[in-house]
This record gives sequence, C-alpha cells and structure tokens, in this order.
Amino acid sequence: MLQTNLEHIGSEEEFHETLAAHKNVMVCCGRMGPMCIPVYELMDEIRGEYTHVAFRDLEFDAPHAHLIRTLPECQNFRGLPFTVYFRDGKVVKTTSSIQSKDQVTDILDEHFAVNAAQ
Amino acid sequence: MDTRAFDVIVIGAGPAGLTAGIYLARAKMKALILNEGAVGGQMVLTHEIANYPGVDNISGYQLATTMRKQARDFGCEIKSNVALTRIDLAGDEKVIEVNDKERYLARAVVIATGGKPRTLGVPGEAEFRGKGISYCATCDGDFFLGKDIIVVGGGNSALEEAVSLTKYADSVTVIHQFDHFQAFPHAVEEARRNTKIKFIMESTIAEFQGNESLNGAVIRHLPSGDETKFAIDGAFIFIGYIPNTSPFEGAVLVNDTGEIVVNKALETSQKGVFAAGDSIEKKYRQITTAVADGTIAALSAIEYLRQRREHPAAEREGARETALA
Repeated sequence: MLQTNLEHIGSEEEFHETLAAHKNVMVCCGRMGPMCIPVYELMDEIRGEYTHVAFRDLEFDAPHAHLIRTLPECQNFRGLPFTVYFRDGKVVKTTSSIQSKDQVTDILDEHFAVNAAQ
Repeated sequence: MDTRAFDVIVIGAGPAGLTAGIYLARAKMKALILNEGAVGGQMVLTHEIANYPGVDNISGYQLATTMRKQARDFGCEIKSNVALTRIDLAGDEKVIEVNDKERYLARAVVIATGGKPRTLGVPGEAEFRGKGISYCATCDGDFFLGKDIIVVGGGNSALEEAVSLTKYADSVTVIHQFDHFQAFPHAVEEARRNTKIKFIMESTIAEFQGNESLNGAVIRHLPSGDETKFAIDGAFIFIGYIPNTSPFEGAVLVNDTGEIVVNKALETSQKGVFAAGDSIEKKYRQITTAVADGTIAALSAIEYLRQRREHPAAEREGARETALA
C-alpha cells in the first residue's frame, strides 16, 4: 500500500470511475521509492492550487496497474514512476521517472488550463 | 508581497535541516524550514538504513517522515516544494523570498541544502532519462531483467549497485574514468568476484544513443581518445554528488568544489549565517554526521541570537572563532 496523502486508485473499477467523474486527472503510478516519493509529495502540495485536477496515485505492483503499464505511451518507459495525465478520459501526456514541481505544473498549465476546464 | 518574520530560517529539509528545526523549535525559537524538493533530502534515496544508531532497519522515507513530524510537533513550520526566488543574507535581517510572492525575514539562517546527484552532462543523457538511463538501481533495476547494462562510476555506490543489478541483468559493465577504484576494498572485491560484471577502466561516456529508448553508448578510452560504440539496454549513473550551494555564491565563502567553508561552530563567513550537512566542507557524509551538524548549527544560531539580545548594539567579533581562512 502506498503511504501517501493522495487518494489511491485501488481497483480497475475505481480507475474507470475516476476518469469518468473528473475532466482532468493526474495519476502517478509507482512504488515508495526515491524517484516516486517526491512526485507524490509535490502532487499533495499543489492540489490545493489546482482544484480542477484530480490527483491520484496507483501502486505499480498491483494487478490493476496494467491499466497504466500497458498504455502505448508507456511502452518505452524504464523508470519509476509512470505519470499519466488524462483529459476527458484520454491520455494527453505521460512522463517517466522523477519530475520536478516545475515540470509537473508546466504540464498541468499546458493541458489542464483552467479556462479550458470551464 | 506577504511578509513574515522568524527567529531562524533553515534552508533545506534533509537530516541536517530537520534536526536544526527540531532543536530550534524545542528552544522556543520561531523557526521555519524552506525546502525546494521533497522533505528528507538524500535520505529518501535509501530503501534501508541499517546503521542509524538506536534504530533497527528503517527506510529513508520513514526516518525522514519521523524527523519531519518531530520538527512540526515542536512547532517548527515546514514548507516544501517551494522555489526560492530571492536570497539576501548580507544584512542584519536576512531576506528570503519564495515563489516570487512570499517574503520571509530572520536574524539567522542555517543553510542545509545538501547535495544532488552528479550527472555526466553528455548528449542523450537527459533525453533517455527514465527510458534507459537511471540513477536508482532499487527503483528501476527490474526493468532490465535479462538485459545488458552499464554502470558508470567507481565509488562504493557504483560497485555496490552493480552487484545488486546482477540480480536482474544478464551482464553489467562498469565504466570508470580512472585506472583504479575509489570504493572500499570489500566493495571492489565483491564486484570483481561476480561473474556477470565486467570492467572498462580509464574510460568515460561520450554519448548515449537510441530511438524511443536507450539502445547504445559511445565509450571513449581516455588515454588514447579512441571511441567505441556499445549496444546496451540500460545505464545506471553513480558518479557522486555536488553540493547545492550555487544560490549562495558570493554570499558565503565556498571552497573550489563549491562546499561552504565553516568554523567549528558551523558559522559561515557571513554573520548570522550557519551551514550544516552535505553542503559544507567536510570529510564524511552520513546521516549521522548531518544530524550532528544540524544540532551544532542550531545551537550556534540560538547562542548568536541570545548574544544579540543581550548586546543588541555591539559587535561580538571577539567571541567568535576565526578559523575561516
């Protein structure tokens, strides 16, 4: 179980429900390692500012992680975590390995702009 | 811009910074820790810490979480994942601005910014990070099951991780720039005994290559300049750390490798500014030494502020150690 302050996606059903319920979703799929923890923490830090985005984590070794691991956009990834950004249920951006706060907010600002969410 | 005043600001939330925060807050100092990344610093790079006195095996993340809780429970405020957009340590009142919209003032500052992994800085390194290039064997080793990989470096981390990676990879080739290793003898022996590990010495990486992911590296033999291309599936880079001190250049004295010069009380060349942990000039870098530094820097800052309150208009230079060259 991931020890984060984020809401966890614990099943395939929760995954689909999350994408259906929220226009903008950021999912960080990882473990509790040194490349993953900073991403979970910055997601926790910024979610108060990016209230139009649903921030979730998903355990990399869970059975339902295949929903992220088998995405075509992730097939060349060799570094944790796999972070996927969904808009209207479709993948708009993916990243591999640790990301800085600037890298994440640049993606959020580009793909999940507030005026586009309204 | 919102402005708030504290007694002491600590920059950095690794073991040195968190310890300083604990001691400052427990001494009823109004203390703030500002951190640009995740709390814990390099501690969170370690999945298992087995040599922290008094603590059985614990993950770096758990230890960092406990330290953070302690600091907060004593009343220390902690802000992480912030961008330090202005740092002015010259005046009597130090000024630190965050995210271009918050200003923090303090009479004393403790710099505890630690270090960051050194990168090779060669073509392809940034492009293939996470797509074949990694800096964490425990994180990413299992992506290379049955593959051929290289490890770049010659210290303890490089050789220990090379051995660890043989659990996954078919072959591990260690590339090192010198003709000898800097690692402890037992680490060298263990690596040499492992039949999956080969060594290419006096060599460095000239370039990483690939398409959607890494598939090759050009290795340059340093004495001859000859370059050879190797087909590889992955590369792990362990070439040490560099101190995170560039924001303080010009504000405090640093040595020629960027480490902050301090005296025994961990005072820097700037009055009211102290430094602790991996960012300072020191021989041994461990969690325990960082914790010790954080303690000393906090106590020195407390004493500095106490003397200022007792003699607010007087210079107290005579009482300071002047070991700074």
